[in-house]
Amino acid sequence: MTGLHIDAVALVLLVPAVSAGVLALLPNYRISARLNVLASFVTLLAALSMLIHKPETGSYFLVDDLNIVFILLNCFVAFTTSVFSASYIAHELEIGRLTPAYLRFYHAMYQAMMFGMNMALVANNLGLMWVAIELATLTTVLMVGIYRTHEALEAAWKYFILGSVGIAFALFGTILVYVAAQPVVGEGLQGMVWTVLIQRVADFDPALLNVAFVFLLLGYGTKVGLAPLHAWLPDAHSEGPTPISAVLSGLLLNVALYAVLRFKMLLAANDSAIAPGPLMAIMGLTSLLFAGFMLYRRRDIKRLFAYSSIEHMGIIVFAFGMGGPLANFAGLLHMTMHSLTKSAIFFAVGHISQVKGTQRIAEIRGLTETHPLLGWGLVLGVVAIAGMPPLGIFLSEFLLVTSTFAREPMLALLLVLGLLVAFGALLLRVQGFAFGEPTGSRAPVEASYVPMFGHLALVCVAGIYLPPPLVAWFQHVALQLG
Amino acid sequence: MHGITFDIAHLLAGGLVLVSFMLLYQDRLLALVNTYALHAILLSLSVSWQAHAQDAPHLYVTAAIALAFKAIAIPVALRRIIYRLGLNREIENVVGVGLTMLVGMALVALSLVVMLRVTSMVDPLAREDLAFALSVLLLGLLIMVTRRNAIGQVIGFMSLENGLILAATGARGMPLVVEISVAFSVLIAFIVIGIFLFRIRERFDTVDLEALDNVRGEQR
Repeated sequence: MTGLHIDAVALVLLVPAVSAGVLALLPNYRISARLNVLASFVTLLAALSMLIHKPETGSYFLVDDLNIVFILLNCFVAFTTSVFSASYIAHELEIGRLTPAYLRFYHAMYQAMMFGMNMALVANNLGLMWVAIELATLTTVLMVGIYRTHEALEAAWKYFILGSVGIAFALFGTILVYVAAQPVVGEGLQGMVWTVLIQRVADFDPALLNVAFVFLLLGYGTKVGLAPLHAWLPDAHSEGPTPISAVLSGLLLNVALYAVLRFKMLLAANDSAIAPGPLMAIMGLTSLLFAGFMLYRRRDIKRLFAYSSIEHMGIIVFAFGMGGPLANFAGLLHMTMHSLTKSAIFFAVGHISQVKGTQRIAEIRGLTETHPLLGWGLVLGVVAIAGMPPLGIFLSEFLLVTSTFAREPMLALLLVLGLLVAFGALLLRVQGFAFGEPTGSRAPVEASYVPMFGHLALVCVAGIYLPPPLVAWFQHVALQLG
Repeated sequence: MHGITFDIAHLLAGGLVLVSFMLLYQDRLLALVNTYALHAILLSLSVSWQAHAQDAPHLYVTAAIALAFKAIAIPVALRRIIYRLGLNREIENVVGVGLTMLVGMALVALSLVVMLRVTSMVDPLAREDLAFALSVLLLGLLIMVTRRNAIGQVIGFMSLENGLILAATGARGMPLVVEISVAFSVLIAFIVIGIFLFRIRERFDTVDLEALDNVRGEQR
């Protein structure tokens, strides 16, 4: 059995790494796009096999109940995005926004990014996790700048600078954790292995852990897009290719969140250290309120949904900050639903902005008339992301609000305020671009609707019926998170 | 551990903080690059001394990487970029030198207060090292904030990473994985930056980021 166990982890890393190399050499973009889909699919299968045979934990890699959720979600959305990307990118080539050489680069980077994200999720070593997140960030920086327009360059530069500062803070925090661990665990590799740390963290110096957590929260929080540190996010989302916006919103933010959660668990296991929850709850609530109000004045459709990502990451971080079985459960569910819905929205937005030739909200009207499938898909997506019943996000938001009301009624009021503000803004906007007098091109779109409606179907089903094994699994993880 | 070992370690780490201050007030690009090279040389010496003091030969490798890559290769490359683009001129700072220096001093005081207070249980050599490292890190951040120029920001970022390496080597027995990866990330980062500098130049005929500030994502 052991051989099989190691294989699953090796596969989710090796397949993207090898295919990144192959894709960098392949000149034909049609074959590249297909290979990209195939590689993502194989990675997804490898991730699924982890459910049946959980790989063994070594000093470098670890698969437990917590990160399996993240790995599966990661590989699934990456696969559907690669399907969407194939039809999106072909159109970009047709209208000459990208050249074949850039496409080769794009596909290679897509797999390199997958490699970085998967490695960050399976790493059992704090240093390795840091390196992997850095790798994933650098690849996305390159992809955001791929159009080489003024705006794309500015966005990529801002993302690069803010991301680097964040990652520097995160490394300093990681070093401090090691320094705290060293007197207890001993020198060398053991001081960085997460499974060793979590067992012995009770004896660490709490003062050092506290300072470390502040740096880690600021550092990885920059990548999550939490409110004072979010400045890179709207630019990066609006200027890069749309598949990258989908992956950034749906996946990369989750990977950074995963790092924060790991360190939160570490601090929670030490009795004398500060409770990490309130800090996270405050940052989450700030992000939610801030992004909720910012949604009103957006004029660019991709920026609108970028701010919506900040809003939802705020909700998720708030949920995990509140802690407890119910709030953690809501956080996990919300994270899953947000990844699925937001990437579906970006799939729709990508095709819409391609066919209309603009990203300005004011110039996009009457979509349900000109492009019924895309238009209604987008309406459904926005309704879901705004949290209307009976869709999946309503369920998780409802759980979060009720559990918060039971414990901190004042915070719950702020939470509900933020949710309502964002809800209003999104419905206002969707009315504009879905209905009314049609504008712009009516040309038919060559789109693959399967990824978009697949995601939306999952979100709809989740709102009505959650399979019992999934519930049991999330409950177990929620308990583990504390 | 002997007194002289401490003294030399402190001298070198303190020197790094001092050179960070020098980076803060340089107003010419070439001088900035040269000062950065000095920063990297000091880092290399400091890491070598830690290798000697901790009897950890693998740290010599880190020192060698710092010397070869950060003190020689990157400054040479940056100088070539500056000459090729004809950029050797004064660079604009966002705020005045006096204010910047004051803020810098406040940051150093802050990091000393924070780090010395929380590290009372830690090995004394690492303790001072961490305090100096945080100072270098925050000063690097300040350099990035006060420079309008892309090359200035890059140098701020690289001096910030020097602070991280100082912290990593101060933590006794920290696995080599991390040090190499830091050096490696600088390498990748530098490639990225190189590409961007040329692209920015190509698009804007300047490396002044104010030109970028005029471009707002939504006003098209």
